[in-house]
Amino acid sequence: MGIKLTIDGKEVEAKNGATILQTARDYGIYIPTLCDNPALEPYGGCRLCLVEVEGMPKPTTSCTTPITEGMKVKTVTPQVERLRKTVIELLLSDHPNDCMTCERAGDCKLQEFAYFYGLRSNRFYGKRRQYTKQDGNPFLERNMDKCILCGQCVRVCNEVQGVGAIDIAYRGFDAKVCPSFENDLNCEFCGQCVSVCPTGALTGRIWSKKGRTIGIKEVETTCSYCGCGCQLNLHVRGNEIARVSSKPDNHNEGWLCVKGRFGYEFITSPDRLTTPLIKRDGKFTEATWDEAISYVAERFKKIIADNGPDAMAGLSSARCTNEENFLFQKFMRAVVGTNNVDHCARL
Amino acid sequence: MEKAKTEIIVGMGTCGITAGAADIYALAAESAKTKGLDVRLSSTSCIGMCHSEVLVDVVTPGFARVTYGNVTKEAIEEIISSHVAANVPVAKYVIAQMPSYGKTYDDIPIFGQMPYMNKQERVVLSNCGFIDPLSIEDYISKGGYEAVKKVIGGGDPKAAIEIIKASGLRGRGGAGFPTGLKWEFCNKAVSDKKYIICNADEGDPGAFMDRSVLEGDPHAIIEGMLIAGFSIGASYGYVYCRAEYPLAISNLKVAIKEAHERNFLGDNVLNSGFKFNIKIKEGAGAFVCGEETALIASIEGLRGMPRAKPPFPAQKGLWGKPTVINNVETLANIPRIIVKGADWFSSFGTEKSKGTKVFALAGKINRGGLIEIPMGITLREIIYDIGGGIPNDRAFKAVQTGGPSGGCLTAAMLDTPVDYESIAKAGSIVGSGGMIVMDEDDCMVNIAKYFLEFTQSESCGKCTPCRIGTKRLYEILERITEGKGRKGDLELLEELSEDIRLASLCGLGQTAPNPILSTLRNFRDEYVAHIEEKRCPAAVCKPLITFTIIEKSCTGCMACARACPTSAITGERKKPHFITSEKCIKCGSCFDVCKFKSVLKK
Repeated sequence: MGIKLTIDGKEVEAKNGATILQTARDYGIYIPTLCDNPALEPYGGCRLCLVEVEGMPKPTTSCTTPITEGMKVKTVTPQVERLRKTVIELLLSDHPNDCMTCERAGDCKLQEFAYFYGLRSNRFYGKRRQYTKQDGNPFLERNMDKCILCGQCVRVCNEVQGVGAIDIAYRGFDAKVCPSFENDLNCEFCGQCVSVCPTGALTGRIWSKKGRTIGIKEVETTCSYCGCGCQLNLHVRGNEIARVSSKPDNHNEGWLCVKGRFGYEFITSPDRLTTPLIKRDGKFTEATWDEAISYVAERFKKIIADNGPDAMAGLSSARCTNEENFLFQKFMRAVVGTNNVDHCARL
Repeated sequence: MEKAKTEIIVGMGTCGITAGAADIYALAAESAKTKGLDVRLSSTSCIGMCHSEVLVDVVTPGFARVTYGNVTKEAIEEIISSHVAANVPVAKYVIAQMPSYGKTYDDIPIFGQMPYMNKQERVVLSNCGFIDPLSIEDYISKGGYEAVKKVIGGGDPKAAIEIIKASGLRGRGGAGFPTGLKWEFCNKAVSDKKYIICNADEGDPGAFMDRSVLEGDPHAIIEGMLIAGFSIGASYGYVYCRAEYPLAISNLKVAIKEAHERNFLGDNVLNSGFKFNIKIKEGAGAFVCGEETALIASIEGLRGMPRAKPPFPAQKGLWGKPTVINNVETLANIPRIIVKGADWFSSFGTEKSKGTKVFALAGKINRGGLIEIPMGITLREIIYDIGGGIPNDRAFKAVQTGGPSGGCLTAAMLDTPVDYESIAKAGSIVGSGGMIVMDEDDCMVNIAKYFLEFTQSESCGKCTPCRIGTKRLYEILERITEGKGRKGDLELLEELSEDIRLASLCGLGQTAPNPILSTLRNFRDEYVAHIEEKRCPAAVCKPLITFTIIEKSCTGCMACARACPTSAITGERKKPHFITSEKCIKCGSCFDVCKFKSVLKK
């Protein structure tokens, strides 16, 4: 049996152990968050998801508070709305607010909250963190002065990727996310951190100035790097990829590796082969697909006729899908007639 | 039997050592040797009289124990030649004598009747300054480990919980949660493993209650943890002690080793089948690690950052197992309560606040130090009777209790009884026991700024209101003290303080605005003077003060001119001097050196 409670007067029910935030989401009740990510452990850092619970002396974070029987939750009250606004103001008081040129404008949660709370002016001002140091790696760009310390990057790196390349260092206002000893980032560069960052603090280096939201078309495709077949969401502007993301409801749960996320420049490389080549008189010359396939088929047939099918062997690739690999072994066994078939991943 | 020797006991707590006790100890050894005196020289820990360090006690067999204070190299020579060699106490260095040791001397005050002592009630501190902390025999001779024998011998883990519940003991770390209840929750939690943690991450500025107990009576902590462990069903204990307390840690290590040798700790405690071992975890210097969930994270090897409660540590604590976290002073109370009974303990204190509380009395006070009082005596009794009032006849202005999480109480509140409820009602907290006295020369805006600077730099950075909010609070206070405060700043301080209190994740952030709120409530006029008149009434905030020479009374002695580091003071000998304000850096040197009160600071 589930646990029954009311949220904003609505009677709801959820499993024991669920949090207020999870339950509210299940029922389509919106609670603002910056540090929450359903795929990660609750954090309770940003304080935007504060709600009022009857009987509790102070507002509580809905992301960390488990539901209890008969609980009465209010997600919108003058008090929690005031606190949320203060939190956003505080974050903005320590933010470059350079949305004009920021890569994430239009796709930034902080900007979105500033918009919803109508924060054109700010009661708070003062020192702002300024970091100029840049990493040497070609993948990730870290603009730490835009970091709001939501800790999602730290958690995804620990909990999902199991790498633990970064954590929070220093205390108080100077707290910052960085690799140990503030060294240059030296990790797998999977970019999981980039994918969860709610602001422009973490972006892809090759994504810079390729387009934000206007004129961007999203194209779903399958990554061709390995047989996992992760679903990619290509953000395309004109005929060029601006950046790559992945949706959480895919079989890869929205996670990608460095190749899938950043390794797409080959697509527009001038070195890329776009037609088959046949070596004629010691030189590769362009050919049509029909020509190429017929040429290979003839050569195969000749080898089999001269030396038998076991003179042939096939080596398949981990970049192929399961279906392609199945077809390949079927081809070798049923068409060529040999069991000499293997796969690079077995080596 | 060995012939009784005259004893010389040197106070060698951190405070004593800082005041030069190690030299005095060495000197005493050398002097006694050269004089051919057969003495027993030993050390003890802090007795709490910081205002009189170095402290040396002498006990001639059959006579009262005599305490000497402010002992210098010359003094120790004299004490040895006269008191040790000839049993004639040296009156000029004497503080008091303790008749319980033997025959009293004439004309020496009795220790327990001194103003500093007679309102104190020493339970937690009963051994501090009396036993050698490095000797388990000393502890046992004072009834030590009797409580453990009683509890484990009784066999029922719930028996001790009932006694502690009946005693009314509340957590001494600051929150004041009933200790017995905490134990009961954890006792009821079902788990294969449980833990007891001693929170010795004392970090309030000016507070050193826990350090003194750890240094002076480490076995009491071990015994308290043993009883807690047995009661909740824990076989492992951790002492989380800040690394800045090296003497406490080394004394505790010795005590743990000795307790193992005597089978008080180990895999079969007192052959009862109960297993209990203690590990020391040295903190890396973060104030926030005194917060229990941050402390747990730190022991687990993670960054010391708090997490939201529930679940509470009693349900899900260290390594995810049910855990009780008790403060040092709380644990030191346990063996005494077990031996003397709940009724004895609850005979001290008020209806809701039982027992005694240790305070570190500091600031503008004549007799600063470590005191232990029965709950319920007034602030006035503590400050004026025990502490001897304010030095240099200055007027009392405020007392800050509860450290950076507490508030400032005013002269009008001096008759507030010191107990959890009354202090909270007055607008502050008892906290862990810091008590800082301020006089008319202290600027309350500056005091609030000081505490905010502390909490801001110790914020872990996890939650927004504490990380950025306290920074903004500090900056507003900074501009007020620089004369750049503006209209609306006080309202902004109040609004932001309230939001930080409500929205922060842990106690550090939730209580960080307290020093501002309490000073705004009680000393609002000082804030207003800074903002509207650009004036610091206590003449503390440098950008708002000026130094001038009163021509009438200036004798032209030139002392101020010589002291001035920037040569801002000019004038001829025997003629009034003059301060060039453009050159003056407001260091106050002239004010301090002038014997004729001819430098005006305002």
